[in-house]
Amino acid sequence: MRLKTSPRHNLGDVVFKYTTMIFALIVLSLILLMGYEMYQDSKPSILKFGWSFLTGTTWDPVQEEYGALPFIFGTLVSSAIALVIALPLSIGIAIFLSELAPPRLERPLSFLIELLAGIPSIVYGLWGIFVLVPWIRTSIEPFFSRHLGFLPIFHGAPYGFGMLAAGLILSIMVLPIIASISRDVLKSVPQTQREASLGLGATKWQSIRLILKDAKSGILGATLLGLGRAIGETMAVTMVIGNRPTISYSLFDPGYTMASVIANEFTEATSSMYISALIEIALLLFVMTIIVNMLARILVWSVTRSTR
Amino acid sequence: MTARNINAFFGKVQALYDVNLDIAGNRVLAIIGPSGCGKSTFLRCLNRMHEVAGGTMTGTVELDGQNIYGTDAVLVRKRVGMVFQKANPFPTMSIFDNVAIGLRLTGGVPKSQMNDVVEHSLKQAALWDEVKDSLNKSGVSLSGGQQQRLCIARTLAVNPEVILMDEPASALDPIATAKIEELIYELKKDFTIVIVTHNMQQAARVSNTTAFFYMGKLIEFDETKTIFTSPKQKQTEDYITGRFG
Amino acid sequence: MSITPFVPSWQYYRRKIAGATMLALCYLSAVLAIVPLVLIFFYTINRGVSYLNLDFFIQMPKPVGEPGGGMANAIVGTLVLVATGSAIGLPIGILTGIYLAEFGNNKFAYFARFMTDVLSGVPSIVAGVVAYGLVVVPMKHFSAAAGGVALAILMIPTVTRTTEEMIRLVPHSYREAALALGIPMWKTTMQIVVRTAFRGIITGILLSIARIAGETAPLLFTALGNRFWSTSLDQPIGSLTVFIYDYAKAPFEDWNNQAWAAALVLIILISGLSLAVRVVTRSKFVQR
Repeated sequence: MRLKTSPRHNLGDVVFKYTTMIFALIVLSLILLMGYEMYQDSKPSILKFGWSFLTGTTWDPVQEEYGALPFIFGTLVSSAIALVIALPLSIGIAIFLSELAPPRLERPLSFLIELLAGIPSIVYGLWGIFVLVPWIRTSIEPFFSRHLGFLPIFHGAPYGFGMLAAGLILSIMVLPIIASISRDVLKSVPQTQREASLGLGATKWQSIRLILKDAKSGILGATLLGLGRAIGETMAVTMVIGNRPTISYSLFDPGYTMASVIANEFTEATSSMYISALIEIALLLFVMTIIVNMLARILVWSVTRSTR
Repeated sequence: MTARNINAFFGKVQALYDVNLDIAGNRVLAIIGPSGCGKSTFLRCLNRMHEVAGGTMTGTVELDGQNIYGTDAVLVRKRVGMVFQKANPFPTMSIFDNVAIGLRLTGGVPKSQMNDVVEHSLKQAALWDEVKDSLNKSGVSLSGGQQQRLCIARTLAVNPEVILMDEPASALDPIATAKIEELIYELKKDFTIVIVTHNMQQAARVSNTTAFFYMGKLIEFDETKTIFTSPKQKQTEDYITGRFG
Repeated sequence: MSITPFVPSWQYYRRKIAGATMLALCYLSAVLAIVPLVLIFFYTINRGVSYLNLDFFIQMPKPVGEPGGGMANAIVGTLVLVATGSAIGLPIGILTGIYLAEFGNNKFAYFARFMTDVLSGVPSIVAGVVAYGLVVVPMKHFSAAAGGVALAILMIPTVTRTTEEMIRLVPHSYREAALALGIPMWKTTMQIVVRTAFRGIITGILLSIARIAGETAPLLFTALGNRFWSTSLDQPIGSLTVFIYDYAKAPFEDWNNQAWAAALVLIILISGLSLAVRVVTRSKFVQR
């Protein structure tokens, strides 16, 4: 029930309404402004390279030759690895928190997961450099090399730094997001559904499977939100991925993501074309995250609204 | 106050049909009727709160000859106050602030006078003795009955001429209810009071005149004694005797 | 007719075992989720605590190669950046939140709300690029102001969303009571409704401050960094996060250790804010 009142006679009301409206306008136009600003700044690069920017694999500032495919590849692959690892774990945690855990356990555990989400990217990166990467170099990669080394994704020398490290650290970072939203989605499925299936003689797990079916689109939305975060993640990835613009089949090889190249090379960029190319990458990143986030929100909203 | 040809709507749904009513000064008018008959809607037409809930209406309501729908609603509501069914003192404020806030935000009174105004209002609401030593305590720390008297004090502080009460005691226990009824009896010396109630005994005890509403129409309006002993309309009689409710 | 007793069949056992396995996996994943959290927290505390001393807080960084020194300027830098970002982002966010809560049922409001959601998904480095274009380029040099603008962009969506939600949670009865007293609508909103929602709005503010205090990427080419003492808005300024980045990459072990100490300070600050938010929201419910 909305409260309306006529501000006809009251100057204060009118001023109030329009003042706050102006601020809302600022926020609304902020996104448009951002897009426009980046578009303008990257125009030289867009005009010069056109579509080959997206397909070119040479990133050579000296020759002024810019192709962004290695970075797009790096972003997508590292994010994909992160999701492959994080998704099953997140769903497991979500099920645990929503269906299995007693309330005394659920609340502190949920809080801990929120804490995990609050750790700054740079601290993940720091831990990545000094703890995760050495561990990968000395334990994980040799293990895969020895036993599954015939697979192309496990070729190459174990440097530690590389796509595998980036994927692992990203998975830790997106886990809290996917888990907590999935938990909320599962919780919003009405209790009657659970009672119905249990009443028919299903086991606990079978009833959970049915709930998962209901929550499917919401969980998909949560995953997309996690993907959005993974795509845009900068510091932690930069510190462990090796930062070499190569496209490789192996997880052991270094890579380079869109966010990382901007972070590393922006202040070094000497020519305006260089900066323009970097800003074009930023624009790409911007558009990608917007699309992913929009899809995600639509999906999450649809479940938590329809099952209310 | 006079109300003429009041038709009230919520969107397309009509809630009041052509109501005409006179409200005499310094007396208590009780409005009775079964649930959903439009009593609260009518009450809210008297202080322009009906439009706040998104409703519309036609007709005129005059206060001392002035149509309240032609002037600023804010000014109207200072002269016609309202007490709600569920006591709603502002939770973030102390008892003192709750009473003072109406004045503070509508023009204000010099600080020296504020203490007097608060004390006077709390005395009028029969709450002063109980809270005079704890004026700084939170407004919600009081019991239900006390909170409602606090809301009454809050309304009295802005010095209205008419006080509208929407089932003010329905959420209270019998002792608190009795206190409120006593209060109404005292207040009518200085104010005009219109009270909506679903409790017929309360209406009989407290009011001078009574209006019976049914299905959005004013069925009968007369001295309270008459309504309850020899009602003229059959519907009134049926309601009074409990044949429906 | 006889009633068959509850005799379990082999299918029943199969269902039970499959179910139990899956449930065990769920328990396992909960444990696995906590493992990295614990690891990171404890490792940081472990390595950071030994290098956390008074010098860290009050001394300036020493020249490259010399051991010792502290991060006093970086700590102050982070405070300045957070304050600047808040000074820009909080008013915009709160007032927009108020607009959306009070007037938010028209097409314009839906659009604004949608854009706020979109804005919340923008990567922090993109905010840095935008701030670069908006502030650094016209000013022709890096500055704390530019860093503040980037952080403000990141704050606005969270603050707006929380403010709107908290205001919508205020029960209508308080609004009605205030209006019935003859209080004009705008005063009702600002003085009564917002005051009631205040605690909730504060939590939104604290959460967004916690978030931007930990940001690094948007500062890399806006505020840049500064090894010397500076608090002015039109000069580059150091920050805890960028310092951690620089010191972590460096080949000096002393610097690496300082990076851990700084990381510890950062984690304590941010977790402390999160805990404060928890405490505030819990006591809010206790009051009722």
